[in-house]
Amino acid sequence: EKSKESFFGKLGKAVAGKSKVDDDVLDNLEEVLVTSDVGVNTTLKIIERIEERVARDKYMGTDELNGILREEIAGLLSETHVGEEQEFSIPTDKKPYVIMVVGVNGVGKTTTIGKLAHQFKNQGLKVVLGAGDTFRAAAIDQLQVWAERVDVPIIKQKMGSDPASVAFDTLNSAVADNADIVLIDTAGRLHNKINLMNELSKVKRVMQKVVPDAPHEVLLVLDGSTGQNAFEQAKQFTKATEVTSLAVTKLDGTAKGGVVIGISDQFQIPVKYIGVGEGIEDLQVFNKFEFVDSFFKI
Amino acid sequence: MFDNLSDKLDKALHNLKGHGKITEINVAETMKEVRRALLDADVNFKIAKEFTNTVREKALGQNVLTNLKPGQLMVKIVKDELTELMGGDAAELNLTGNPSVILMSGLQGSGKTTFSGKLANFLLKKKTKKPLLVACDVYRPAAIDQLHIVGEQIGVEVYSDRGNTNPVAIAKDGIKKAKELGCNVVIIDTAGRLAVDEQMMDEISNIHKAIEPQETLFVVDSMTGQDAVNTAKAFNDVLNFDGVILTKLDGDTRGGAAISIKSVVNKPIKFIGTGEKMEAIDVFYPSRMADRILGMGDVVSLVERA
Ligand SMILES: Nc1nc2c(ncn2[C@@H]2O[C@H](COP(=O)(O)OP(=O)(O)OP(=O)(O)O)[C@@H](O)[C@H]2O)c(=O)[nH]1
Ligand SMILES: Nc1nc2c(ncn2[C@@H]2O[C@H](COP(=O)(O)OP(=O)(O)OP(=O)(O)O)[C@@H](O)[C@H]2O)c(=O)[nH]1
Ligand SMILES: [Mg+2]
Ligand SMILES: [Mg+2]
Repeated sequence: EKSKESFFGKLGKAVAGKSKVDDDVLDNLEEVLVTSDVGVNTTLKIIERIEERVARDKYMGTDELNGILREEIAGLLSETHVGEEQEFSIPTDKKPYVIMVVGVNGVGKTTTIGKLAHQFKNQGLKVVLGAGDTFRAAAIDQLQVWAERVDVPIIKQKMGSDPASVAFDTLNSAVADNADIVLIDTAGRLHNKINLMNELSKVKRVMQKVVPDAPHEVLLVLDGSTGQNAFEQAKQFTKATEVTSLAVTKLDGTAKGGVVIGISDQFQIPVKYIGVGEGIEDLQVFNKFEFVDSFFKI
Repeated sequence: MFDNLSDKLDKALHNLKGHGKITEINVAETMKEVRRALLDADVNFKIAKEFTNTVREKALGQNVLTNLKPGQLMVKIVKDELTELMGGDAAELNLTGNPSVILMSGLQGSGKTTFSGKLANFLLKKKTKKPLLVACDVYRPAAIDQLHIVGEQIGVEVYSDRGNTNPVAIAKDGIKKAKELGCNVVIIDTAGRLAVDEQMMDEISNIHKAIEPQETLFVVDSMTGQDAVNTAKAFNDVLNFDGVILTKLDGDTRGGAAISIKSVVNKPIKFIGTGEKMEAIDVFYPSRMADRILGMGDVVSLVERA
């Protein structure tokens, strides 16, 4: 078993030796939430709500805290109606269904595409990959390896070519082959680089020449170990590309992924997938009920 | 939503204005704001708490001896203390070996391969060294190709062995190869790994033991959140690394992880990465980083307004 301490374990320490929720307990709770990367704003929101309940009910025993926190966290997640899906699925009325994958450098875009392609292919869907990262060294070769692993076609050009042109080719090929799903990889880019963000809008526009309502989905990938900057990433990418869904990766490394709570609280965009490893099967559909359960598991 | 620290400090310091004196009561209020602001910048919770305690003590102690206004004093103490924490003189690389061996380590996607290239380029062009890059990431798809392309871009030789899945052996062979080629620096790129992945941590420990590098560098993404301390500590426990590389500082992250890492492992931050291109490497300046964590702040003007 991995040595990271669970949220539940930290919570136990936060209330150790206390029977009543007081300022000390709330301070400790703040620490537990912040160090789980829930995010400062969402942490304060949760603390405030508990403070209100304590004020209203005059007394709250620490034995009640677990249940109440669970309620509050589930509440934050349901406010955004995220994570009610049970399995990998896409709407069937759009063909090909085009997913463009975006995000800052190194978060796991290409890997997530490989894993998604695998899931969709397993469902008997016809998948095509587009190697839209023409900038990073060997990004095309990396996607190529994934295409071979999953055994799906990949459309690519040379390193340094125009990503919009690659996307255009990919959609044309998908239409010609009657494919169900197109996954477009893009180069990692920091959200404060205006030119690179504009490039994404151009890729979108060019795709629409082939499939007028493409991309049907813009999937923003966030690294689960990112701190407060994740919120700025979500904000800026949404502004530039109208992000429709999120994938939070590398959750195998951090203590239970509190960032998912913060992101769900601060944005109206659903967390759709979570990445839990480097292997082909290490992608899960985000389910909020399971998530809350796992967050509170010992 | 992303208030910067100087704004927050400013707001917090409002409470002090006009009092003329720092008291236990108003300093407590201010420190709460400072702490929240540090958390907003991703400084680790415990470290932010310790930091505000230190600042509080300094503030209360110095109060009697100075005629600065409390607000000015507070800003100065925060900024000085932050620089000190990040501190020390710029730390040079140890390049005394022949060849000197530099081992890269870090989480997935932190920027190891890119930084390996940048460092080779820097040593070649600025320090007239003859580097060799060695590809020890046998897992990530196309990791070896990536290092080869980087090497080509900067005109540095790359050693790889595609049939070999043993990174320890590849690292050793790489050093042998460097001697054959007359290279005086060897930079070993490794696979990204999680600190909680025991098997992979054992692997890098074995590489480390086998090649006894002069420099082991821990490469960390400057956008990392609260977990930065745990990760840095875990890598340091296994490798006792010599320095930290902070990447992706061309973004708008405030990079509070830098303080966290520095205070938990007490190793110097040697270089920063400021872009994807091979030239985007810079030495680390503690006071600039302190300014950045303080919100790119023009701290001087803040003092004047306080
Ligand atoms: N542990 C873990 N590693 C992951 C996960 N997802 C991706 N990675 C690793 O993170 C690293 C970066 O992944 P990529 O898929 O190349 O990331 P990217 O966003 O495409 O990167 P750029 O194209 O360079 O911006 C690789 O080493 C992946 O194996 C995950 O869920 N868990
Ligand atoms: N903007 C920016 N991007 C960077 C910087 N350093 C690295 N990158 C990008 O970050 C992504 C990941 O970099 P890599 O060098 O592949 O990271 P790595 O640590 O070798 O990744 P793994 O081998 O998968 O663990 C790539 O897209 C790089 O171009 C930097 O300083 N600034
Ligand atoms: Mg990629
Ligand atoms: Mg690498």
